[in-house]
Amino acid sequence: MNLGRVIGTVISSRKVESLDGVKLLIVQPLDENLKDSGGPVVACDSQQAGPGQVVTFIGGREASLPLPNPFNPSDATVTSIVDEVSVGNSKQ
Amino acid sequence: MLLKFFEENFKMKIAKIIGTVVSTLKLEQYTGEKMLLARILNPDGSDTPETVIAFDRCQAGEGDVVLMIDEGNSARQTLQAGPTGVVRAVCVGYIDAVHIHKSPAASFGA
Amino acid sequence: MQLARVVGTVVATRKDEKMVGVPFLVLQDLDLENRPAGGSIIAADPIGAARDEVVLYSKGSSARQTEITRDRPNDAVICGIVDQWEVGGEEKYRKV
Repeated sequence: MNLGRVIGTVISSRKVESLDGVKLLIVQPLDENLKDSGGPVVACDSQQAGPGQVVTFIGGREASLPLPNPFNPSDATVTSIVDEVSVGNSKQ
Repeated sequence: MLLKFFEENFKMKIAKIIGTVVSTLKLEQYTGEKMLLARILNPDGSDTPETVIAFDRCQAGEGDVVLMIDEGNSARQTLQAGPTGVVRAVCVGYIDAVHIHKSPAASFGA
Repeated sequence: MQLARVVGTVVATRKDEKMVGVPFLVLQDLDLENRPAGGSIIAADPIGAARDEVVLYSKGSSARQTEITRDRPNDAVICGIVDQWEVGGEEKYRKV
């Protein structure tokens, strides 16, 4: 899993059937200081995440599993909404 | 090329715990799991830019260097998460030391 | 998943038997500003995307998780045709 920030949404009305009804978010991966790290990805939403929120997302084959129909081709899915990240003595 | 192959295919990694992540809204199966923020290390102990969030199975704390699985099937077995467990990274061991054998120059044939 | 534009098709007559009947498209990666991002990839197409359409595609083992790519030697698949995306409340792309 990685940290990311929801920076946008994608709308797609024609998609593979297994992803019907799934919300698509644009997620910018973050490092431990919540700075951008790498290029943005489009991730499926399983947690009703909103714009600007810091989330964790899982990549790879496991990304298919949290969605209603687990036989779907998602390779990135938001798994939780982050309340707090603590690194060293700093909390963010 | 070879290095890339190693990075992509070797799923047990050396990582340093650098922090924790707290979340209330999450997948139900994550309830009660501690989420650790870990930085992947090179075998010589130097940092890589890559960080991941991993579950804890070795009571690791901040600053600890751990052995981490970054592969779904093994992670599901370790956490006994069943076939639909949404996990990939798990800390499974505490690392005390890493020795890198300096091999003599390779010689092939005579 | 990544955003990409369909820029071409691939025709292969001699291929793995399991891949017979699977259509392939050439995709060019896009950045969030709808500009080419440099990379390109060949992906299986389960939904019938047309040339110049903007699509979403998945990579890796997730790409075997559609009916046409199930248990087949495939590592990229188109998941959807994009109608619109926005970043920070600002619309970056809308299908015409």
